Amino acid sequence: MADDLELRFERTVQADARIEPRDWMPDGYRKTLIRQIAQHAHSEIIGMQPEGNWISRAPSLRRKAILLAKVQDEAGHGLYLYSATETLGADREDLTLKLIEGRQKYSSIFNYPTLTFADVGVIGWLVDGAAICNQVPLCRTSYGPYARAMIRICKEESFHQRQGYELLMTMMRGTQQQRDMVQDAVNRWWWPALMMFGPPDSESTNTEQSMAWRIKRDTNDELRQKFVNMSVPQAEKLGVTFPDPDLKWNEERGQYDFGSPDWDEFWQVVKGGGVCNAQRIAHRRKAHEDGAWVREAAAAHAAKQAVAKEGAA
Amino acid sequence: MSFDNAYESLLGHEDSHWAFGTGFSEALSGVNREFPAGVDRDDIATYCLMLGDDALIFSQRLSEWCSRAPELEEDIALANIALDLLGQARMLLTRAGEVLGKSEDDLAYLRDEREFRNVHLAEIDCGPGPGGDFGTTIARLLVFSSWRLALFSRLRGSADPVLAAVAEKGLKELAYHRDHAAQWTVRLGDGTDESHRRMQAGLERVWPFVDELFATHPVEARLAGVAVDPASLKSEVDGVLEAVFSAAGLSRPADTRAARVAGMAGRDGVHTEAMGYLLAEMQHLHRSLPGAVW
Amino acid sequence: MSTSWPLWEVFVRGKRGLNHVHVGSLHAPDAEMALRNARDVYTRRNEGVSIWVVPAAAITASSPDEKDPFFSPSGDKVYRHPTFYSIPEDVPHL
Repeated sequence: MADDLELRFERTVQADARIEPRDWMPDGYRKTLIRQIAQHAHSEIIGMQPEGNWISRAPSLRRKAILLAKVQDEAGHGLYLYSATETLGADREDLTLKLIEGRQKYSSIFNYPTLTFADVGVIGWLVDGAAICNQVPLCRTSYGPYARAMIRICKEESFHQRQGYELLMTMMRGTQQQRDMVQDAVNRWWWPALMMFGPPDSESTNTEQSMAWRIKRDTNDELRQKFVNMSVPQAEKLGVTFPDPDLKWNEERGQYDFGSPDWDEFWQVVKGGGVCNAQRIAHRRKAHEDGAWVREAAAAHAAKQAVAKEGAA
Repeated sequence: MSFDNAYESLLGHEDSHWAFGTGFSEALSGVNREFPAGVDRDDIATYCLMLGDDALIFSQRLSEWCSRAPELEEDIALANIALDLLGQARMLLTRAGEVLGKSEDDLAYLRDEREFRNVHLAEIDCGPGPGGDFGTTIARLLVFSSWRLALFSRLRGSADPVLAAVAEKGLKELAYHRDHAAQWTVRLGDGTDESHRRMQAGLERVWPFVDELFATHPVEARLAGVAVDPASLKSEVDGVLEAVFSAAGLSRPADTRAARVAGMAGRDGVHTEAMGYLLAEMQHLHRSLPGAVW
Repeated sequence: MSTSWPLWEVFVRGKRGLNHVHVGSLHAPDAEMALRNARDVYTRRNEGVSIWVVPAAAITASSPDEKDPFFSPSGDKVYRHPTFYSIPEDVPHL
């Protein structure tokens, strides 16, 4: 009987059909999904901070509105994704505790600091761009609620990417100081953006099973290559360069060759040693803890109302 | 890239309806921008700055909650309110700029503190900074939005077509803000002992700044037919607040009012100490790169 | 006192003539706040839009296969399984 279930699950996945919440699924599949979607949700929520850092200082009212709306979108993305984990039996409160206690990860990119307003544009262009490369295939991921959340998120992310690029184009048309700010921001974010695709396939532990379950659809290296191929012409159009002496078109492969990110730095940041790791978690922890009395009060009021309603009935 | 999904089936390809990812269009396109005859345009500009600065500065304060709210849903709600107010500010500063020959950004970023015309209630720190907490923020939002809603409902009849249009558009937004604040006031007032105490403390914190909202400024007095006399709003706003306090089990704070400074307050460009820091942060980048384009 | 709010399922009617369609879920302390949160999170407070919020715990869902005696451990706890099943027939790839 159990074999039947497993067989049906396998067939569904192989047929590229979606697994839905009430379907039987292997424990490993459920656990992998909860971990992956939660990390993704955490990334959206922690990702509010580096850009949120510039809302109060945005240099025009239009940019302030765009940035606030964008950071608000990230909250919405986190919310959709936490909802997807809840279809698998997870609980947002529990996942939030795991995040602030350091028991679950989020994308390491957000442990880098945003130092100028050009960083807002570069995050939109390169970080959201890398996220889109990672996420578009997830719109066809095997788990239905995750795939549907990703469809909406990708749509909004592609809008963010255009906004970011448009900010950079505007800045490049401005003063020399602004152009220098853009190039400086590109220099600081290029390698971390490449690291967003994860370690090289040769060192990635999770890829194989996730590919078989069609949770993941492309390998880290495939996606990284795709991102480089997309980004180089965009950089040329913008008038900036990437800080990689090995970056050049390879006629034979029909792709760009590029250098290797500093994986020691990657692991150092992943393990908590980035400029902002402690700050990001402390910020999230403070919001959660400072909000406890509010959540408690609303729950208490609802409970009182329910009792009053029952009494009246 | 294809995005066919449940959302598209709701509305076809028209997605302006969704909360996220849409642009900002000219909110007042098609509105007559002639100034009414027989009124001092500089007074109109000053009046637009008063109402515009209220919205801009309060929006700046509210957006401090972004990524710091008690729950994700509330983070999104507060950002929506901040965005609404920022939108109102932009329309009003743009209108003032038509008289003054300046852009919305010139007015937001290049005026000094003494030239800002907002009420003190908009600028004080009510949290998430050390000056308050979520309860204080809700107290300010309740008072501010109840007052501004009453004001805008009358401003719809302004002889200035732009002010009338701004009021018409803002009315629905402000009704939503007031409702949001009232819902929370009731929950916090009734919820737990701690939330009751904090909500009451929030009201006490903002109360000294309420009186200023209803003080008629000479510019407002001169602009009869264009501006709303804020003194005329008092009984309506009092009634609204009374109803909310009663539902929330809160008491209306004793009437104290912050003293004026040599007879002046926010509408005269005389602010609290918090204002300098707020502007320093808001204006720093814009002022640091003269000639830059954003 | 639990400080976490219950889960609500959100259904939106985008315009007249259409069914309400499940668009997602959210947390809220009570129905009133759930409705307001739904407007903030899922719509642009468009007034033509009709929204339903339903406590996830109040939904009873069928099993994908009623012959199937093996539910996953929490399979009967439907509030853990917002169903998303209102996807129209004409939607490809889903």
